[in-house]
Amino acid sequence: MTVKSVLSATVASIAVASSAIAADKAQVEFWHAMGGELGQMVDTFASDFNAGSDSCQINATYKGNYTENMTASIAAFRAGQQPHITQVFEVGTATMMAAEGKGAVYPVYKLMEDAGIDFDQSAYLPAVISYYTDTDNNLLSLPFNSSTPVLWYNKTALDAAGVAVPTTWDEVEEAARALKANGMTKPFSFGWQSWTNVENFSAWHNLPMATEENGFASLKTEFTFNNDAVVNHIQRIADMGEEGLFVYGGRRGDSRAQFVNGETALWINSSAYYGGFKTDITEFEFGQTMLPLETSVADAPQNSIIGGATLWVLSGHDQPEYTCVAEFFQFLSQPEQQAMWHQNTGYVPITTAAYELSKEQGFYESDPLTDTAIKQLSLNAPTPASKGVRFGSFVQVRDIINEELEAVWAGDKDAKSALDAAVERGNALLRKFEEANG
Amino acid sequence: MQKRVVFRNTWLPYILVAPQILVTLVFFFWPSWQALESSFYIEDAFGFSREWVGLRNYTELFADPGYLKSFRTTLIFGLCVTFLAMSISLALAVAANRVLRAATVYRTFLIWPYAVAPALAGVIWYFLMNPSLGIVSYWLRALGYDWNHYVNGEQALGMVIVAAAWKQISYNFLFFLAGLQSIPKSLVEAAAIDRAGPGRRFWTIVFPLLSPTTFFLLVVNLVYAFFDTFSLIHATTEGGPADATSILVFRVYNTGFIGQDYGSSAAQSVVLMALVVAMTFVQFRYIDRRVNY
Repeated sequence: MTVKSVLSATVASIAVASSAIAADKAQVEFWHAMGGELGQMVDTFASDFNAGSDSCQINATYKGNYTENMTASIAAFRAGQQPHITQVFEVGTATMMAAEGKGAVYPVYKLMEDAGIDFDQSAYLPAVISYYTDTDNNLLSLPFNSSTPVLWYNKTALDAAGVAVPTTWDEVEEAARALKANGMTKPFSFGWQSWTNVENFSAWHNLPMATEENGFASLKTEFTFNNDAVVNHIQRIADMGEEGLFVYGGRRGDSRAQFVNGETALWINSSAYYGGFKTDITEFEFGQTMLPLETSVADAPQNSIIGGATLWVLSGHDQPEYTCVAEFFQFLSQPEQQAMWHQNTGYVPITTAAYELSKEQGFYESDPLTDTAIKQLSLNAPTPASKGVRFGSFVQVRDIINEELEAVWAGDKDAKSALDAAVERGNALLRKFEEANG
Repeated sequence: MQKRVVFRNTWLPYILVAPQILVTLVFFFWPSWQALESSFYIEDAFGFSREWVGLRNYTELFADPGYLKSFRTTLIFGLCVTFLAMSISLALAVAANRVLRAATVYRTFLIWPYAVAPALAGVIWYFLMNPSLGIVSYWLRALGYDWNHYVNGEQALGMVIVAAAWKQISYNFLFFLAGLQSIPKSLVEAAAIDRAGPGRRFWTIVFPLLSPTTFFLLVVNLVYAFFDTFSLIHATTEGGPADATSILVFRVYNTGFIGQDYGSSAAQSVVLMALVVAMTFVQFRYIDRRVNY
């Protein structure tokens, strides 16, 4: 971001703010966690909407990363100063849902109904909204930025090593071996390890990772991801590490650098890295493909699950403001807005119409393979094991999984004992959450 | 000989200390009381309900082997940071004290890092040592040392210790330099006339006379390492890999702000508070006796 663009954005926001006061519009606070270029796009959404509305003013504010924004919103709610809209990542869903039961959240389906807006839930992609619906299939929060893990590959390096793009885990291992032999130091790696290698690995092979429909059915859910399939999978990666085929590069997206500077040729992480890769990778040709299949576990893949965030509406404000929120949500769901967002970021479009529009605009020809994520999400109708996960204290549980897996990568634990420990520690948190929110 | 000041107006002294008392009450006692109170409850994130659970938050903590291991990590971290930050800054202060030309320039450069927030200090070091991009890890590899703090817990702990200490050196340097400058030259010169070498002069004259500063810095540095470093850990390793850098204060933050488990977080901060109070007490009780004012 240049100084000039910061200045112009600041000037623009001051201009917008002053015109709003003059027009006396209903003010809606929107707290989000989109920094950098994504944040600028969110600002564009807000200003475009504001320009077209006589009665509403959306004030978008960046509040830090996902966790910080969620913490800030909760703290604000406790102090009676909550924003109307807040962006919460998928792992915070159970916390928000528990709050919905107690009246802190204004569910989206009801918001739209009360505002008199015709809201057709079937227009949204099932694999995206199934993560955020209640047991009666009502949508509770509006999906905003959703992505799914894909296998990113360095085409140039694969060609040089004479291997095809892998589709199964056996092929991943062989390809990594060939790449290593061809002089690549860290052939295979990944980020967001709980999401990519536990949650999505399970969904992709249609295996539950916990009881009670992965937590969707009730708070009594218990983790079961220490099953043989996941244990064998983690052990395989650990063995690859032993052989030097896999090098762990940190939590979240920390290992991105390995892929971008060509040390790693096979990298599993979010499809939303596309926007950044397009500008940052110039030295080699890259592509994305569907997640590899473990042929000993399933004959064909099921569907992957999403990550990313949704917009939750917090209660405690006046109705005219909520009408504005509903109109803003309708605006965000328009095919034009969604297609723009999808094409610039690599997040999946949330409506079928936006997907169709992107096709019509020829986006998938000009940017090949960018429909991998959406194809992967809608490969099959989601099953109870593949529609998502909903666990209390899941941010902490993911940290526990991070810790235990890191012990495996360091060679301190084997896969079985690490996953057993993760399940045991995770279950303790689930019980505590059940007690606090039951 | 002590001077006694007597106020004529009975109320004046109370009014004069009132602001300080008020600040302490509002910003120390009240939050401490709240932490103590919350530690006996479990509560949902939005604060709709809270349930009295007695000492359960505490018993759960001490039944958790990860929490117990965290004491060890914290102790290693705290002692290493304090030792590293104090010894390096003392050496730098002694050196800067002898500089005759452009002394201000040296001092300014040495004080500079203090303006850096702990989180930023962490990020800078994290970047320097990044296994893929970092220049330091590049050098280490050139020397044949395999650096990957994402996997190796000891390397990660070493890295955050260096980052935390680096940030604190400037502060210590300032105090040591001031301390050194207040030592009467005549004492050092007298020792020199008695044929005491530079090393001997330092250890028998300068160092003992610096002891009030050293003692003060010891307390401040330990408190810094125990309390102020959570943002550094948060911005870099997040307690990992595994739980190699998960120090107590980071756990308080993580449980409370990431996990929204306020009861356990409050219990942890009460334990930490007790620990630091005990430590400071011990320092004043036993080490203070050996300090010459």
